[in-house]
Amino acid sequence: MAITDAPKIITARLNHPDSHTLERYLATGGYEGLRKALTMTPEAVAHEVDTASLLGRGGAGFPAGRKWAMLRKNPVTYLVVNGDESEPATFKDHLLIERDPHQLIEGVMIAAYALQVSQVFIYLRGEFALGLERTQAALNEAYSHGAVGNDIFGSGFSVDVVVHPGAGAYICGEETALLESLEGKRGFPRIKPPFFPAAIGLYGEPTVVNNVETMSNLPWIVLHGGAAFAALGEGRSTGTRLFALAGHVNNPGVFEIEMVKTTFHDLVYAPVLGGGIPHGRELKAFIPGGVSAPWFGPDQIDLPLGQDEVANAGSMLGSGSVVVMDDHTCAVRASWRITKFFARESCGQCTPCREGSGWLEKIMERIETGHGREEDLDLLLDACDNISPGLSWPPQQTTICVLGPSIPSSIGSAIQMFRDEFLVHIKEGGCPFD
Amino acid sequence: MTDAAQPQPAPVTARRTTGASTATLAHLSAATATRARNLIALYPEPRSALIPLCHLAQEQEGWLTPGVMVDIAALLDITPAEVLGTATFYDMLHTEPVGTHVVSVCTNVACLLNGAVELLEHAESTLGVNAGGTTPDGVITLEEAECLADCDATPCVQVNHRYVGAQTPESFDALMADLRSGARSSDIPSHGTLNRVERTTGLQADRGQIAAERAVTAEAQSERAATAKQAGS
Repeated sequence: MAITDAPKIITARLNHPDSHTLERYLATGGYEGLRKALTMTPEAVAHEVDTASLLGRGGAGFPAGRKWAMLRKNPVTYLVVNGDESEPATFKDHLLIERDPHQLIEGVMIAAYALQVSQVFIYLRGEFALGLERTQAALNEAYSHGAVGNDIFGSGFSVDVVVHPGAGAYICGEETALLESLEGKRGFPRIKPPFFPAAIGLYGEPTVVNNVETMSNLPWIVLHGGAAFAALGEGRSTGTRLFALAGHVNNPGVFEIEMVKTTFHDLVYAPVLGGGIPHGRELKAFIPGGVSAPWFGPDQIDLPLGQDEVANAGSMLGSGSVVVMDDHTCAVRASWRITKFFARESCGQCTPCREGSGWLEKIMERIETGHGREEDLDLLLDACDNISPGLSWPPQQTTICVLGPSIPSSIGSAIQMFRDEFLVHIKEGGCPFD
Repeated sequence: MTDAAQPQPAPVTARRTTGASTATLAHLSAATATRARNLIALYPEPRSALIPLCHLAQEQEGWLTPGVMVDIAALLDITPAEVLGTATFYDMLHTEPVGTHVVSVCTNVACLLNGAVELLEHAESTLGVNAGGTTPDGVITLEEAECLADCDATPCVQVNHRYVGAQTPESFDALMADLRSGARSSDIPSHGTLNRVERTTGLQADRGQIAAERAVTAEAQSERAATAKQAGS
């Protein structure tokens, strides 16, 4: 395993301070992918994406080509881009939105052409004030440049793109909640079936929902061919991917890495990537794919950064965010904070999630603050089991969406890996790390 | 915020009002109303503009007053209760007054590991308010935030949803002083102003063509439904 010299597919431009401007974008090959796509048939463009085997970069990892294929059997009405990046410790889309909005818009236009839709909404997280400004400015430029709007580059194909701000709700990153929000409602997820967006989406019509990073890959895939993308990585995990590294590392940040060829160890310790753990401390645990994912211990640090590889080891690559915890970290406290997040962000539709998240947070809080009881560990696991029966991975679901079943991940991991630490909290009536 | 900005009870209005083009607006300024109508025109269904309109109203008022919610309802041809019902779901939409600067300190896991709780405690003690509170001068509302997606600059802080970089207690104090003196007013507009870049063009694709596409879609959907019904029976 090593760090490969794979091409930078979506971060090539980011070393320029003006990477967000049309001028820089055109000077670095911008909109060439869209021009090429417009000379092809929509089917041929979709075929390239299918060949690339581009797995969706939002978290679920569903192949974008297959998502489109489901839609192509029936007429599609809307394309919606999910830029509501809110999974804790995930900050890759933030980078793409702020620093390369034209790449996102070009990807969106290619997707719109392949799907033959004429109305696109880019839903951006409300907290991205600068990202909203940069994307709207880029969109204004793209309209003037003839890359968006009527008769794009003289091809006869027309699309309108609207940048839509969210207003602060984690659950709106869930695609059906996002559609509700885009319809001007509370962000309540819809039950699937029947509300698969491909069948019944925005305003009840067939809709494709794709992630920002997924879209941003499309210009390169069209220019260089799906096969060139598929040649990178290994197995089902093709191409490069953005990994957001945070927590106890010397050099936190977003890194574009060829999938599978690189390991978590490389990501955390390589001098050109994470640069190791500060103060010469040791690794205690790490979260491999956003706080919804079960944790890994030091014995799993040599796993490759691949979707199936991580799934087979009992967790998920999810949103591509890796959180490193050193040996001075209190596992109870970290897990309590994650639980508090879910309790706060539960939309409240389903009882197991709404009630369960609150109970779990309270029990975690009393353990961390020294008021825990010995039977609390069983109580925690029992409440988790009510949300996600069997506590298996991938989780069983008693709720409309996957927020609920994500709650037990951190609690289950912390208890399984650091049971003694919980017991010390309970016996000594306080946090040993304070 | 002064006492004058305390919430007033919403006036009783007819359940349905008259919609985007003809609604009489008592609370939104003419300029805001024009921008609102331009936004509504971007969406196939007016109600989709609800959240963008709430942001516009907050830009004008700093928060969602009962009055602006009545106006938004009139523009979208929905009830004020429906506006309130949506707005209360979202952290960024404030149905009570907030300071001119909303300071959000993230304490989620990546920030927690890097001193965020200590920073929030420092902020609470120096500002003299708990998270969720507003300083008596109405300048600063302090919030404990969930992940703000800037986890390589921890502890992460936003002011009015603009990143201000990783903060130490010392830099935080300097930042608060700058907010109070107006030294950051060029890069951090007052609360409510989210997107300072206006859209420069309306919709361009042929609406007739889109209507035709939607008709085809509807037809295909009803065919599928019929097929499914047949298969089921």
